[in-house]
Amino acid sequence: MQLSRRHFFKIMGVATATATVAPAAADTWQSKSPPDPFGCLVDLTRCVGCRKCEEACAEVNHLPTPERAACQCTIFEKKRRPDDKAYTVVNRYFTGTVDENDTPVPTFAKVQCMHCQDPACVSACIVGALTKDETGAVRYNVDKCIGCRYCMVACPFEIPAYEYFDPVTPRVMKCTFCYDRISKDGGLPGCATICPTEALTFGKRNTLLNMAQKRLTQNPGKYIDHIYGEKEAGGTSWLYISAVPFETVNLPVLPDKPMPKLSENIQHSLFSYLWSPIALFSLLGAIMFGTHKAQKPKETPSQKGGRNA
Amino acid sequence: MHKPMALRKPFWTPGVLVMVAFMVAGAVAILARFTGGIGYVANLSTARPWGLWVGVDVATGVALAAGGFTTAAVAHIFGRHAYEPVTRPALLTAVLGYTFVVLGLIVDIGRSWAIWKPMFNWNTNSVLFEVAMCVMCYLNVLYLEFFPIVAEQFKGNVNLPGPLALLNGLVDDILHIGDAIIDKIMWALIILGVVLSCMHQSSLGSLMLIAPTKLHPLWYTPILPPLLFLTSAFAVGYPMVVFETTIATSSFKLDSEMNILTPLTRITIFLLGFYMVLKIGDMAVRGTWIYLLDGTAQSNAFVAELVLGVILPWLMLLSSQIRASRKGLFIAATLIVAGVVLNRINVFIVGFKPPLSDPGYFPSIGEMMVTFGLIATLMFIYKIAVTYLPVLQASQEVSR
Repeated sequence: MQLSRRHFFKIMGVATATATVAPAAADTWQSKSPPDPFGCLVDLTRCVGCRKCEEACAEVNHLPTPERAACQCTIFEKKRRPDDKAYTVVNRYFTGTVDENDTPVPTFAKVQCMHCQDPACVSACIVGALTKDETGAVRYNVDKCIGCRYCMVACPFEIPAYEYFDPVTPRVMKCTFCYDRISKDGGLPGCATICPTEALTFGKRNTLLNMAQKRLTQNPGKYIDHIYGEKEAGGTSWLYISAVPFETVNLPVLPDKPMPKLSENIQHSLFSYLWSPIALFSLLGAIMFGTHKAQKPKETPSQKGGRNA
Repeated sequence: MHKPMALRKPFWTPGVLVMVAFMVAGAVAILARFTGGIGYVANLSTARPWGLWVGVDVATGVALAAGGFTTAAVAHIFGRHAYEPVTRPALLTAVLGYTFVVLGLIVDIGRSWAIWKPMFNWNTNSVLFEVAMCVMCYLNVLYLEFFPIVAEQFKGNVNLPGPLALLNGLVDDILHIGDAIIDKIMWALIILGVVLSCMHQSSLGSLMLIAPTKLHPLWYTPILPPLLFLTSAFAVGYPMVVFETTIATSSFKLDSEMNILTPLTRITIFLLGFYMVLKIGDMAVRGTWIYLLDGTAQSNAFVAELVLGVILPWLMLLSSQIRASRKGLFIAATLIVAGVVLNRINVFIVGFKPPLSDPGYFPSIGEMMVTFGLIATLMFIYKIAVTYLPVLQASQEVSR
């Protein structure tokens, strides 16, 4: 499984490279990312798996209280994902690291919407119900949503969940980056207010990138040399640093290219100003005119109705 | 050449009763979906937001309705009038096919009542937005193109039952005026239908471009997807006409129309051949042939799609004996249709493997009940339409 996935991405890399070379002429794509968004830095070496962030998130967003909130043991036996009842979850991973007594050392990883700089979901949304805000939050407007779930198809982090058991007014459910709080001066997302080990740091994304880089350089050997989210999928508002490779804590290996770039390039080069449909209409019109003119003398009145099919 | 005529044959046959059984089952599942939610009926999840309904009811439905625009193009735009007898049944298939695409969507989307919202909330970056707009416009174009067939049957003899008879005159006027107007703009409608079809048939292939890490590399091609979907729609158009004409003519005991179908499939040799070259070339250029024999469900599905659905029927069509044989032609056409169906299922279901949290997916009984129920309803209405409207060619009485 692991091996074939790695293989998969190798091919993906080659494929992406070919694609960027070929339509280079049509490449007028520009990032629509906000210039100075907020972000959140997750330091996996600090997280102890207390799940207070899950609790705070549920409270702030009026979601059901997390399952076995006080328990830090059995809940980790299954791998959980954010769903329609929880915007964030913490999982425990044993990645092979052991301490001096040969006891496996766990790594805890919180997962939630990454709030991409150029989000695939925003580009995919048929009605523009999803938007990337200046604060960095990817926001969802339920009043526009039709429930096509293309955002869920598009998201490379498999984050948006759906209220599948609501027959008439289901919603897409995902982390809001606590927009209502962070858009006010000094506001923090629920999870970042409560973290007892300062594993979560909220701030401007640029500041956090510097902070993360500083931690990497000042603690040689402690971290792997990679800030996850700096470049993944064109960059995300949420950033991770870790002592273990990110694949081992279920953060996907992704191309640096923003997800929407290829499809938006193809769509816009084919359909800007509707040039291709208009050209095709004209061409077919000319052909039709030509063939009918050529056939007119032979045509008898009884065949005239033939076009009506 | 004969005029198309209403069949006026007995309607309630055992086949129709089977359709009704499927329709009832489908109705039960749809009722369950609208009371308990999508999750109550379907095996969909966060990782698998699209399943049988999108893969078959929508994507496959659109592909198989391609007979409508491909026959309209050859007969009306390129002026090959010999093919006119098949344009009406193909148009009817397209009208019904697209109507059921929309019905399938209404079941699938979470907020069915909000289906009109894309008309006023545009996101031109979204491939799905373009597909939706084209499908909506094309459905209207199809209804307008079909209007004259209804007018032809009922103009001058509108006879509504009971108190509705008061409206006979009004309806007759509408038929006359509508027919006259549409006759003037029919040329534009036909071209528009072809243009809209080319647009959304190709864009359906671009839908997965935004999810490069989820679609298996055998199908995820960064440049060609719009072209592969478009050329496969071109390729499946006439085989679909052969498929349904053969079934219709044998079940209604009409002339087989081989004199039209045989030359029509000669065009398919080029169209299918073009698709085949693109598909194999794409595989060669991207080096994805390394996956072909790795024995996974994805690779096997791809091999089946390519060998049984493209290469084999293409070789069959090369033989003029098979093209002239009713049975041979039907088998080749069925293989091509099945190949395109499998391709759409592969792109949207089999080849879709989210790397992080995929719980696996197999459609639930409820999902299948909805899909088969919709297909049965489509066939049921097709039968009503050909029974009471001038769609199919009446049989040559002398020869029977």
